[in-house]
Amino acid sequence: MRALEVVETGPLALVQDLGRPGFAHLGVPPSGALDVPALQLANRLVGNDEAAAGVECLFGGLRLRATTSCTIAVTGPAVAVEVDGRPVGSHAPVWLAAGQVLAIGAPDSGLRCYLAVSGGITVDAELGSRSRDVLSEIGPAPLKAGDVLPLGTPSIPGGADVVPPTVAPAELVVPIDPGPRAHWFENPASGLAKTWTVTAESNRVGLRLDGHALTRAAEYAERELPSEGLLTGAVQVPPNGLPVVFLADHPTTGGYPVAAVVRQASLPALAQARPGTLLRFHSSTRVWNR
Amino acid sequence: MRWRAYGEHAALLDCASLAESMAAHATVTSARPPGIAELVPGARSLLVVEIPGSAALAAVRELLADADLEHPPEGRSREITLDVTYDGEDLELVARDAGVSVEDVVRLHTGAVYTVAFTGFAPGFGYLTGLPEPLRQPRLSAPRTRVPPGSVGIAGEFTGVYPRVSPGGWRLIGHTRTVLFDPRADPPALLAPGDRVRFRSAG
Repeated sequence: MRALEVVETGPLALVQDLGRPGFAHLGVPPSGALDVPALQLANRLVGNDEAAAGVECLFGGLRLRATTSCTIAVTGPAVAVEVDGRPVGSHAPVWLAAGQVLAIGAPDSGLRCYLAVSGGITVDAELGSRSRDVLSEIGPAPLKAGDVLPLGTPSIPGGADVVPPTVAPAELVVPIDPGPRAHWFENPASGLAKTWTVTAESNRVGLRLDGHALTRAAEYAERELPSEGLLTGAVQVPPNGLPVVFLADHPTTGGYPVAAVVRQASLPALAQARPGTLLRFHSSTRVWNR
Repeated sequence: MRWRAYGEHAALLDCASLAESMAAHATVTSARPPGIAELVPGARSLLVVEIPGSAALAAVRELLADADLEHPPEGRSREITLDVTYDGEDLELVARDAGVSVEDVVRLHTGAVYTVAFTGFAPGFGYLTGLPEPLRQPRLSAPRTRVPPGSVGIAGEFTGVYPRVSPGGWRLIGHTRTVLFDPRADPPALLAPGDRVRFRSAG
């Protein structure tokens, strides 16, 4: 069997593909790679379909042994990649012989690197996806030493040979649109436009922010919100006024008001935002309170 | 009923009542215009997410503008019966607050026909509406850190079953052995919005 054997995982290594959208009405989050373009690129570099499952590796420390020859690529922010201790670089296809050990270091900026392997990782799918959902605990368990990851049949690589890695900036400007409960807040656009700091409590469920708390409009100060549907990118504001930006493993319904929604194109940048990253929301629309 | 903007590809229908949101959900489910990526009913709302470029949001708006929500389509009306052992830790509390006997709580809970209004909190956790008035009681003041899977609870206007171990503040009246959610099964969730549910006392 073509496979990769897990030697060491680092802080958190998860099998991810493009997720399982379409089941929100059953309470199932979309999940999937947080930095989607990075996983797609890694797959193209090794000749896979863009949707094949790879490994989302949080802050490096992943070591894998190939039980058979295969081609791998690591993408996301720039990161040291070694084969049997020899540096090979990220963002390029690398050929591994059977028995060789691949090691991914900690990225220079950002948080999450993506490993694709020729043939893709073919652990059993759940609801049509091999993604691990950390909130619902659906999909393959987080990787641990000794795990054997089965691989599919490889095809011929057709992508570019080397591509420049992205750099995760220390300060982000995130475009937003009004959310369904924007009118629950005093001046939501200007409140959100202040500077926020990404906290260490952030994970695949959401980015938790610290900063100058949003205030509720007097009319809604004590109001309870009955549970309603949530989207990836929703900026939900609990009673303490500190926003949570929901990422792929968000709950499908929630009971706190959503003040704004992040533009989908910004989600990969949010996936790479380290704790301490400064963030400002920018709204292009003037229509907020309705 | 009022539409509210929700980002680039979605809109939330604000509803006046649970009945209205369920009627709106039944209407859209029945017509199912193409291009809907997610359709998520809530307690007073319906979230519609479209596939970018599909114009499904406009189609849903038009559909609901003309719909008779007093008489929504019946839909598939799947009916599910769950066998419950009424031995929950809060059974006596529920009886006391309702001013009835424990036997009456069981009689009331098994006597009603419920509808899955929406799902949330966890995969396969259905919020069932139709709870008899005396059983509409508040959550526990201090939620439990661990509710065993299969626990049958009540909270406010809803009753429901915890599909798996989780924290939770609903008052527990019993448990069922039926599997509520299995990600490898088709369908994965036993209860979907619109389904009808009955509880039967398994002694």
